[in-house]
Amino acid sequence: MTTVTKPDPAPKDPVSTDPFLSVRDLYVRFATEDGTVKAVDGLSFDLERGETLGIVGESGSGKSVTNLAILGLHNPRNTTIAGEIMLDGQELTGASNRTLERLRGNKMAMIFQDSLTALSPYYTVGRQIAEPFMKHTGASKREGRARAIEMLARVGIPQPQTRVDDFPHQFSGGMRQRAMIALALVCDPELVIADEPTTALDVTVQAQILDLLKDLQQETGTSIILITHDLGVIANTADKVVVMYAGRAVERGTTREILKAPEHPYAWGLLSSIPRLTADVDVPLSPIPGTPPSLLNPPSGCPFHPRCAFVEKVGGDRCSTERPQLPDGRGSACHLTTEQKRDIFIEQIQPRLR
Amino acid sequence: MLRFLTRRVLGAAVILVLISLVTYLLFFALPSDPALLSCGKNCTPSNIAQIHKNLGLDKPIIVQWWDYLIGIFGGRHLPLGNCPAPCFGLSFNNQTPVWALLKDRYPTTLSLAIGGSFIFLVVGVGLGLVSAWKQGSVFDRAASSVSLLGQSVQIYFIGPLAIYLLSYKLGWLNRGQDPSWGAHPGSSLTGLVLPCLVMSVIFWSNYSRQTRSLMVEQLSEEHVRTARAKGMGSRYVFLRYALRGAMGPIITIFGIDLGSVFGGAIITEATFGLHGLGNLAVSAVTQQDLPLEMGVMLIGATSIVIFNIIVDACYALIDPRIRLA
Repeated sequence: MTTVTKPDPAPKDPVSTDPFLSVRDLYVRFATEDGTVKAVDGLSFDLERGETLGIVGESGSGKSVTNLAILGLHNPRNTTIAGEIMLDGQELTGASNRTLERLRGNKMAMIFQDSLTALSPYYTVGRQIAEPFMKHTGASKREGRARAIEMLARVGIPQPQTRVDDFPHQFSGGMRQRAMIALALVCDPELVIADEPTTALDVTVQAQILDLLKDLQQETGTSIILITHDLGVIANTADKVVVMYAGRAVERGTTREILKAPEHPYAWGLLSSIPRLTADVDVPLSPIPGTPPSLLNPPSGCPFHPRCAFVEKVGGDRCSTERPQLPDGRGSACHLTTEQKRDIFIEQIQPRLR
Repeated sequence: MLRFLTRRVLGAAVILVLISLVTYLLFFALPSDPALLSCGKNCTPSNIAQIHKNLGLDKPIIVQWWDYLIGIFGGRHLPLGNCPAPCFGLSFNNQTPVWALLKDRYPTTLSLAIGGSFIFLVVGVGLGLVSAWKQGSVFDRAASSVSLLGQSVQIYFIGPLAIYLLSYKLGWLNRGQDPSWGAHPGSSLTGLVLPCLVMSVIFWSNYSRQTRSLMVEQLSEEHVRTARAKGMGSRYVFLRYALRGAMGPIITIFGIDLGSVFGGAIITEATFGLHGLGNLAVSAVTQQDLPLEMGVMLIGATSIVIFNIIVDACYALIDPRIRLA
């Protein structure tokens, strides 16, 4: 699960200079009774065509919120979204509902985590897959059904001709997730957001689903955003990684960089908390102490400082007063110097990962 | 489906038999003697014994009940007259077969129930849907206040008020009368509008509130979000996905309410001077007329049981996860 075998980065379109998807200074805020929740707080990242971006972080770090914002699925009544989301040259944050409806399920699609609750129990799998196809391509019912069967076959459902008329509860967990993928891919979207697509599944099924996603990506050249808290999933599938904490990106790099030479103490913590089959049974796991901060009232300065073991290395009260900036490209939002980061990782963190 | 129906109908029959037994036993647990009511002033013990014999009250209770049960299917010859096949006994009061009385009153109850339930379902669910669609709007807030008001007022308050305003002052509607669909279909219809409307008020507030909260809940369901993520239009998502999920619970409460309005609406009937089962039930109880009480009770219970079966069958149509067996 932890072997780092990364495919070559997908070939980039030499003509276009703008990335396919570009998120700039994204802020998502929810008005609640207790105050404003800063769920996403100044997030930026880019995604090229055919590339897979992994977004990792604990629950509540703003991963899903970010991606629901890309699709425009937040309730406008209590959500304010600021910043820029450009998809293939089209601005999405201020786009009308009608524009978004045309894009959703068509150019950009989402694979949800729990396919049992994410699929409607009231309609057949086939109908749910055919619906967006019929809506976006104007296909007839018969064509929609044929397309649903084709998609079910493509995601590896046996006997798709009969399974197409089954209801979601008649599918097993893994098959349901396959159907969910078929649903997302039915219109050949250029951007697929997979929100913890394997979290609810058995380990063996997880691997199958990830393979399937990779195969489908190779066939169609889709860009994928893979949201997960499982670095093992990232290792196998993503090209680039953004580590999120408290609604911000704290580290950015290629998958290899993040897994082999992470710089941010939070990324170290994530990496150290993965159970390893080869690890000594007597060595305890080292989870990150504490809990993710409340986004109602995030800590000042670096949001990670209350849980960070290296605050004194920075010296002074910089960690609690000054918000560290995340540089463009490879880098991390941390006040430690590059040398400190490297030394700490090599001396203290790496021995734990073996 | 057939297996389901057979099983449920058999179960329903058992329930009805039990209800009839309990009603019978409770009736005799009353400290007074129904014979005294028809005995008059010069009552002697022998008179009372004779009346007991005529009314069939001299036999053991369990035998009386058994005879009664058999009579429903086979008819009976009673000391005071003949009682043909669906025999629910002869009224203690005037010796007419109870079935004839029930048949006479049922059209009023049926019309009131169908009209009223149609109005409260359409108005209640409609209001709830609009409120959920426009959450937090002025309409939403107004509707929830009106709902609260509707739930707290009583028929005997809005009934006379509505008669005064809509009938006497404005002259828009008849003040309410028993329908006779065969003879005067037109006036039957207009005579029922006001009672149906008033009866529905106390119900529709419940439906609008239930529908609104069910829809709000459904709209935050993940499968509804998936439907939106597919690019389906918001109205489509609202009606096809969210409403579909809200339908089950709505139908359940509708089934229960329908059963109870079919059993007679005592207060509405009294307010509008209608003669339905509710009115019949009141007179049966005040006159200690056992056969009549039993008849009204069984009709009401049967209605509730039947509508429960229908609701369960509907549930299976709405939700494919439920299998009837």
